[in-house]
Amino acid sequence: MSATNAVLDRLTAVRGVRGSLLVSCQDGIVVAEQVMDGVDARTAAALAGSLVSRLVRTAEQAGRQPPTFVHLKGAAGSILAAPGRDDLVLLAIVEPDANVGLARLEMLDAMARLA
Amino acid sequence: MTDDIRALTARLADEPNSLAFLELGETLRRRGQLDTALKVARGGASRYPGLADAHDLLARILCDRDDLPSAFEAWADALRLDPLHPAALKGIAFLYFRSGDAVAARDYLERALEADPDDATIPAALARIAGASPAIVSSNAVSPNAVSSNALSPDAVTPVSAPAPAAGATQPDGDGAIDGKTLLVDASGMRLRGTLTDTAAHDVSDAVAAQLAGVSKEAARAARLLELGTWESIAVESPDGHFVLVAPTGDTVLLASAADMPMARLALLADRAARDARGWLERER
Repeated sequence: MSATNAVLDRLTAVRGVRGSLLVSCQDGIVVAEQVMDGVDARTAAALAGSLVSRLVRTAEQAGRQPPTFVHLKGAAGSILAAPGRDDLVLLAIVEPDANVGLARLEMLDAMARLA
Repeated sequence: MTDDIRALTARLADEPNSLAFLELGETLRRRGQLDTALKVARGGASRYPGLADAHDLLARILCDRDDLPSAFEAWADALRLDPLHPAALKGIAFLYFRSGDAVAARDYLERALEADPDDATIPAALARIAGASPAIVSSNAVSPNAVSSNALSPDAVTPVSAPAPAAGATQPDGDGAIDGKTLLVDASGMRLRGTLTDTAAHDVSDAVAAQLAGVSKEAARAARLLELGTWESIAVESPDGHFVLVAPTGDTVLLASAADMPMARLALLADRAARDARGWLERER
């Protein structure tokens, strides 16, 4: 199993994670994915990648170090994002009752290992 | 070929499945290179048939080529994928206006306004329809007295974008401050309250405020299309500090910033600041 798939496996095993994908932020291309039925990986990649790109750019323009973690919380679920090197970002789409704390740790660890 | 088109073309050549076709197609369209823009857009729409933005781009190009029936179909495709796609709603409104059907144009513009209440061009377009409607026949012809169709051009403004949050903030009004680090912004990207400075103590409040309007829109769209419901907050962690975005009201965004506070705590304090901001807004209005 590749390192990328192993990362997605661990993340998807966290309670409440409906899917995880590794995306090229600049182009919205899905590099790897593990998503449940009903999750449109390509749409998620495009939308979340665009939002994360904007947040990364704005933080950098303000002299801040690039974000390491983003949590967009909605009434019916959340997107978690861990930007990494080379414009890659690890995304997770989670249920409202997901263990976000554990998912976050897995994602930060994963991006450190993939770097 | 200009540098930006060259760069985008190279990017698309390297990664044919990337979303670079959106920016490339739009740039070509704005430069008047419609044949090439159409080819790029069709290629992109065929690779991303489920992406409403791809169909919107195609529609804009077809509209510029004066192929209005095809433009209508493309915008209709966009709306099938995303019934609240503001640009597609405006585009179809424009086509109805062009055909003289002010009632339908108004209906689509009102839907666009519901989808994107921050878009200042929509109320302006509605006002122009209302002002021009006695001169517009409701069926086939457009009266020569009608307002120029440029008033409802699909190219009408989309929201601002600009730089972003910074290390420190001050809250001169005091209410809802998190150790003085909040910024309240209205739907147009204008600062209502608070001040932000970067690490060099430069005031970046207004630039940040302008950026926040765009972030809020993107978050709302992502949450809606991914069926996450209404967006409630965006938490951003950086090694040198965090910030949280919340929406105290439907037309404002509040940024709370802290250098060394656990993110969950910052989120709670941001919620409190949002409640305080609501009270302040009610008093001010």
